[in-house]
Amino acid sequence: MSISKQHDLHKRRFGRNVGVGLLLVSFIVIVFGMTMVKVTGGDISGALQGDRGEQDGG
Amino acid sequence: MTDLSTNSTLETTQPGEAQFGDYFALLKPRVMTLVVFTALVGLLAAPVPVHPFIGFCAILFIAVGGGASGALNMWWDADIDQVMKRTAKRPIPAGRVEPGEALGLGLALSAFSCVFLGLATNWLAGGLLAFTIFFYVVIYTMWLKRSTPQNIVIGGAAGAFPPMIGWAAATGSVGIEAVLMFCLTFMWTPPHFWALALFMRSDYDDAGVPMLTVTHGRRSTRVHILVYTVLLAALAIGTGFTSIGGPVYLAVAVVLNGLFLKGAWEIFRRDEDASEADNFKTEKAFFKLSLLYLFAHFGAILLEAGLARFGLGGWA
Repeated sequence: MSISKQHDLHKRRFGRNVGVGLLLVSFIVIVFGMTMVKVTGGDISGALQGDRGEQDGG
Repeated sequence: MTDLSTNSTLETTQPGEAQFGDYFALLKPRVMTLVVFTALVGLLAAPVPVHPFIGFCAILFIAVGGGASGALNMWWDADIDQVMKRTAKRPIPAGRVEPGEALGLGLALSAFSCVFLGLATNWLAGGLLAFTIFFYVVIYTMWLKRSTPQNIVIGGAAGAFPPMIGWAAATGSVGIEAVLMFCLTFMWTPPHFWALALFMRSDYDDAGVPMLTVTHGRRSTRVHILVYTVLLAALAIGTGFTSIGGPVYLAVAVVLNGLFLKGAWEIFRRDEDASEADNFKTEKAFFKLSLLYLFAHFGAILLEAGLARFGLGGWA
């Protein structure tokens, strides 16, 4: 038994929910990016290479 | 600043069922373009380099803060927006968004943008953004707009802050260059808006907003446009000899201020009969030129800053 028929209202709400979802994902990306830049002092690749160097050196 | 956006694509939506675009329209996207551009110029013209991602975040948060103040403005002004043709299709008067939703969105985004701008750059920039939102919403929208014909003059300060915030985000301070960019937008706003008021004549009358055209008459508004344009031209050309100016900026400023002064003089000389006869052609042309005027001046400041990186910009 189907619970309910797909209504135009659901389509409109789907669009709104997708928009909110994308905003939340963008927010996570921004916070992550800001954290990386602040923690590494802006030199993300250098910090990553430093990590590898430490790992290689034991 | 002006917002001429209308949202015709959503007219078929049922009342109370807002779409994502309706909430976005609350943020006055067209005004946001000016905010983003001038803030970007302030950020890039500053002598302190900013990490590209931090710079991107700073501009984003300034834009969100500007959008938040737009949402709060629409919440408070829903009654007069309904009366004016230009704004009647905005989400609240059109019934697509509840006033309380706009208030909630505006407050949440205000807090978010100020805190995150402070975290991303520095608290001077975050504080300036908070003050700008307060100035636009409380001082301009709630107080001045409905109480004095000088509403545009004083309220224009809110739209002038973004380059100063961009500069503060980069440097952590407010220098004379930031003040000059502030003054440029501040002095530009009155003639820009009064030209609009001249050809959107019945809107402000109907809404009871004490625009200069309503309280002091249209002749007085034409005089005011000319006086402010003369003052603006002196400021804009004078800026060409400062540290944010240079030969490119000065050339742009001389040409555009010449055209702007010519437009203001023509507006001053015209009477209502002549304006109505050609459907406010001169006033509309002046308004369009005013948009180009501001973008070109800030574009030239940006170009000078870019050339300076190669040892070419400015007077040095």
